[in-house]
Amino acid sequence: MSNVTREEPVSLLSKSVRRLDPAIATAFGCIILLLIIGSFYSRSFLSPEYLLQQLKVASFLGVIATGMMIVILLGQIDLSVPWSVAVGGMMACAAAAYGPAGEILAVPFGIVCGMAIGLTNGIGVAYLRIPSMIITLATNAVAQGLMVLYTGGFSPQDSATSAMRYLATGFLVPGIPNAVLIWAVVGACTVFALTRTTFGRSVYGIGNRESAAYLSGINTRRIVLIAFIASGALSAFGGALLAGYASKAAQSMGDTYLLPSIAAVVLGGTSILGGKGSYVGTVAGVILITLLQSILSVMQMPEAGRQIIYGMVIIAMLLLYGRSPANR
Amino acid sequence: MKEWRYRLNERRGTLMAAGIFLVMFAIYVSNHPAGLTANVVQTAANKGVLLAFVAMAQTLIVITAGIDLSVGMIFILTNALASWIVLGTPIETAFGVIAVLATGLACGALNGLIVIYGRLQPIVATIATGAVFFGIALLLRPFPGGSVNEGLADIMTGKVFGLVPASLVALTAVVLVIWVPFSRSIIGRAAYASGSSEIAAYMSGLPIRRAKFTAYALAGLLASIGGLFLTFFTFTGEAALASGNAYTLFSIASVVLGGVSLFGGKGSAIGAIFGALAFRTIGDLLFVFDFDPLWQPLFQGVVLLVAVSLGAFGLFRVRNRLEWFG
Repeated sequence: MSNVTREEPVSLLSKSVRRLDPAIATAFGCIILLLIIGSFYSRSFLSPEYLLQQLKVASFLGVIATGMMIVILLGQIDLSVPWSVAVGGMMACAAAAYGPAGEILAVPFGIVCGMAIGLTNGIGVAYLRIPSMIITLATNAVAQGLMVLYTGGFSPQDSATSAMRYLATGFLVPGIPNAVLIWAVVGACTVFALTRTTFGRSVYGIGNRESAAYLSGINTRRIVLIAFIASGALSAFGGALLAGYASKAAQSMGDTYLLPSIAAVVLGGTSILGGKGSYVGTVAGVILITLLQSILSVMQMPEAGRQIIYGMVIIAMLLLYGRSPANR
Repeated sequence: MKEWRYRLNERRGTLMAAGIFLVMFAIYVSNHPAGLTANVVQTAANKGVLLAFVAMAQTLIVITAGIDLSVGMIFILTNALASWIVLGTPIETAFGVIAVLATGLACGALNGLIVIYGRLQPIVATIATGAVFFGIALLLRPFPGGSVNEGLADIMTGKVFGLVPASLVALTAVVLVIWVPFSRSIIGRAAYASGSSEIAAYMSGLPIRRAKFTAYALAGLLASIGGLFLTFFTFTGEAALASGNAYTLFSIASVVLGGVSLFGGKGSAIGAIFGALAFRTIGDLLFVFDFDPLWQPLFQGVVLLVAVSLGAFGLFRVRNRLEWFG
């Protein structure tokens, strides 16, 4: 008892240290380690311009990983991310071809298309009880089929609107890229939704044990449906931002975002079985992945080496803190 | 009571898949300009067995209630490897074949070790190992190229006695040598049991770890046989990301069409083989009916979506709403 009173003066700090998830602490530790390693390779690695540039690149992954996180918190997974991203980018660019109204509606239209993919996933998972990894793989294939049909097998001709370019590369606040601001807004909304609303509590509840959440009166099917729609919308939004960044959409623009988005969420300490995780962890995971990619490209590592290192780092980190309980 | 009734029920999924395949193939052949000739069957068989091997691999893992998103990448990796080493004198070629198969086995065993002893979720673990396998394939074959022992390739893609496609004979041999012993052994039983209920299987003292490990390792081996055959057909190796992803996706579709339960513990590799052959015939049907090839990805996606939605029929039998979450 006396211990407690003696610790009182430093309680604020020690409390926050104690509350810090070991997984998140490990992730931030790895970020610092990566920054130190990177600074050996290049002097400019620690300059504010370079770090802001990294943050800008990270924000695309950050938006996509936000949707993935909500779904993973439910104990599900969204493997339709690659073509949801591509659909978001392509449809936003396609809408831009339809005059001034299209220019205004470009990004919302892309997001709505992503929501349609999410809706299909959500109906499949929540109402038809199909395992999420199967139905999302299937909708991914359908989305790919639709886009192949739409583009005729080539990269689409339409280019991004100036508004999309401004969203991804402009500066509303001097010095801070707009993409980073968007990620901050998306993140703040997600943190609010996950921690301050019944929706968020329900997501964690369903992730822990769906039948228990159902018995406690949560409309579990509606929550799962909304979560998948949100994931589709955020993937498509990420795709629209990416299209603005590259000023056009491409066939396989989303392929490189599936593994990183799952990895970022899981490395950030969110349990792949659902029910446990915080958004700070996902932010750490996204920055970690982006820095890893950045260092590999500074080292001029070819694609093959990147894939190998990537997979191995993810397995190693999962073995550190992502294991399921033993079976007995 | 009546033994055959139970037998029939046990194999209902497999028989359904075989039936679907036969109907589709009949439609395909009757619309094919050349009709039912040995050459048409040979071409269809050569395309179908590739997916059949990968689908068998996926079945082994789905039976244990897991999923392997790296089978397509093992397939691509062994294809890239075979285009380097299955060459030269008969002895060199033989060693090359053995090395390719050993590589597949090792990849599968690695997945098994990570999932069983690392206690990671199969889906995340195999996405990550898939990236590693694809990276190695890229190291081996950044651009399409290489070659293969042409004599062996001709034998494996030709016809036995000018009638039966050799690839089908090879598929049957693999079923007899790998699948039949596995499914009848105690290890195979334990794999089914652990897919049905891992805790119950553990409590009844079945060797579930050994069973799951065997399933993962054999899956790698089967995927590498597929990769070897791809090299025989194409005479090249290529680290193609899209192709690897497509085979992974199609293997899951074949498993579903073949009546293998994705929740584990139910189904057979024979069913998945017929599922794979049926899935391949879908693509061919589009061809004989003169569809624009651009429709093919969409059509396959829709078939996959419909196939997985069929699993929802089980919901009609649910008596208690809590069974939704089973």
